[in-house]
Amino acid sequence: MLEVKDLAVAFGSVAPLSGVTFSLAKGETLGIVGESGSGKSLTAMSIMGLLSMSDGRVTAGSIVFDGQELTTLAEPAYCKLRGGRIGLITQNPMTSLDPLKKIGTQVDSVAILHLGMSKKAARANTVDILATLRIPEPALICERYPHQMSGGMKQRIVIAMALAADPDLLIADEPTTALDVTVQAQIIRLLDDLVKQRDLALLLITHDMSVVAQTCDKVVVMYAGRAIEQGPVLEIFDDPQHPYTQALVGCIPRDLGDGEKLTSIPGTVPTVLNYPSGCKFHPRCARNQDICTTEQPELVRNGDSAVACHFAGAST
Amino acid sequence: MLLRYIFFRVLMLIPVSISISVVIFMIVHLLPGDPIDNLIRIGSSPDDRALLVTKYGLDQPLFVQYFRWLGAMFQGDFGEAIVLRRPVADLISQNLPYSLTLGAMAFAFSSIVGIILGTISATTRSALMEQFVRGFILLGSTVPGFWLALLMILFFAVQLQMFPVSGAKGWDSLVLPVLTIGFGGVALVARVTRVALMDARREDFVTLLHAKGLSSGTILFRHLMPHAMLPVVTILALRIGWILGGAVTVEFVFGRPGLGSLLIRALGQRDYPVVQGCLLMLALAVMLGTLIGDVAQAAMDPRIREAKT
Repeated sequence: MLEVKDLAVAFGSVAPLSGVTFSLAKGETLGIVGESGSGKSLTAMSIMGLLSMSDGRVTAGSIVFDGQELTTLAEPAYCKLRGGRIGLITQNPMTSLDPLKKIGTQVDSVAILHLGMSKKAARANTVDILATLRIPEPALICERYPHQMSGGMKQRIVIAMALAADPDLLIADEPTTALDVTVQAQIIRLLDDLVKQRDLALLLITHDMSVVAQTCDKVVVMYAGRAIEQGPVLEIFDDPQHPYTQALVGCIPRDLGDGEKLTSIPGTVPTVLNYPSGCKFHPRCARNQDICTTEQPELVRNGDSAVACHFAGAST
Repeated sequence: MLLRYIFFRVLMLIPVSISISVVIFMIVHLLPGDPIDNLIRIGSSPDDRALLVTKYGLDQPLFVQYFRWLGAMFQGDFGEAIVLRRPVADLISQNLPYSLTLGAMAFAFSSIVGIILGTISATTRSALMEQFVRGFILLGSTVPGFWLALLMILFFAVQLQMFPVSGAKGWDSLVLPVLTIGFGGVALVARVTRVALMDARREDFVTLLHAKGLSSGTILFRHLMPHAMLPVVTILALRIGWILGGAVTVEFVFGRPGLGSLLIRALGQRDYPVVQGCLLMLALAVMLGTLIGDVAQAAMDPRIREAKT
């Protein structure tokens, strides 16, 4: 369904993303995890072909969606994919909807545009989708404006918009970050159900490892614009190879024994303007050796998973 | 919902109008000098003067004069011009159409051209075009109207003889005044449109509009323009009043009749009823302008509609 290979992105002379490779099949959920600034959202925007909105561009690699190369796709053809075959769910539902337009109108427009529906048919479609998203009184909600709704409701509307033209791939860029914890769980469950019901491919971008553990089949761990470890969720969680992944897994809140402390990773993610040399994680890494400061480790495959570390697998 | 909003908004005009009437009345009467000086013949006795003062009620306490004026106003009586010796209502209704025509044309010119120029400068990818529009905006916002009026007369009317130098006969006498008043307006509207459009484009929801597969054109006209128009409408509404009042110098330079010319003449003669009448009309225009602007905004933005009712 989706095949991303060696993707690199640049803004002018700054290159915040490079060497990202992964694939995603129908009915599968792939999680991309990482801290803020690790390049997760950039990956999503590259697939959506929306980098140019912020003057970025894909400098290397390829993105193949359903046999079609996207990095060289012309804008009119891209417009048909966006919203039609690829749906996007963004981070902040509070500001993701046009405040001047009624909810119904905003969702309708997707089906009108991509499925060639009449206004009436599109509205029926919208009401259907809102109902499947467990929104009470969908016909009434259609006449409301965004500011009259709660964050969780708005996020459902955004999801409805992404689903309106029955896409094959859904990209959810931190869909729960701006929501209450209880609502977060609802939204994640909703997305999980949708993948199963509609046989969707879901690209779930998050910084929440526990969400990945719950919902994803595969995971890509990103750090400072690179994929540092990836593979099936069970493998990665059971036996993380990269020190960063090990630390992330260690950060997941769980039942702790007496006196056991939840770990945290010292230091912060470097910004794109001060990426360190060699392995970008070395300043925060306990396993740091000379080679780590000079040589960038390549992503090395090992069965279904891959890791980019000179000392993969060693315990800290 | 909108009707409710309009009702309350109009209700609010009542206290505003009352305060405005007090201010206008006070300012006019606090000016040194009085209209009798312009009326009286040289060599008249102080008794003659006192007679005139009593005739026009100028010997009464100010608040009595105010309530007389206000009471008459409620009956549609603007009083009688002291120096010009004609009903103020006549003077205004004679001059108002000239100002309204000029104002309406200048308003239409500045809004249409301003919005188009602003949109072009915010969306064009051509650096030259952007520089041109930005230069125009800078020029238009800084060149004073009366000076531009003189230049226009010198070039188009005197040198090229394309348009009449002054007066208000025929449509061609309107061209130069409209251009003069409109020029500043165009620049202002273009600037606000440009900034508002660029702000709107940075809004979060625009990403999702693109993600829905809408074309850039659709996004611009269906979503960004309505947003950008919110501040533009406010500016335009304020200009409704401004164009009537602000046209004063331009009317004067082009020797056109109008509310502005009438006001300037009446001020020179301290003709209280006329000055009060003119100022009241201008204040009314400003109030009406803001009312229209607010209602238009409420019609466009559901958030405003609810917040204020």
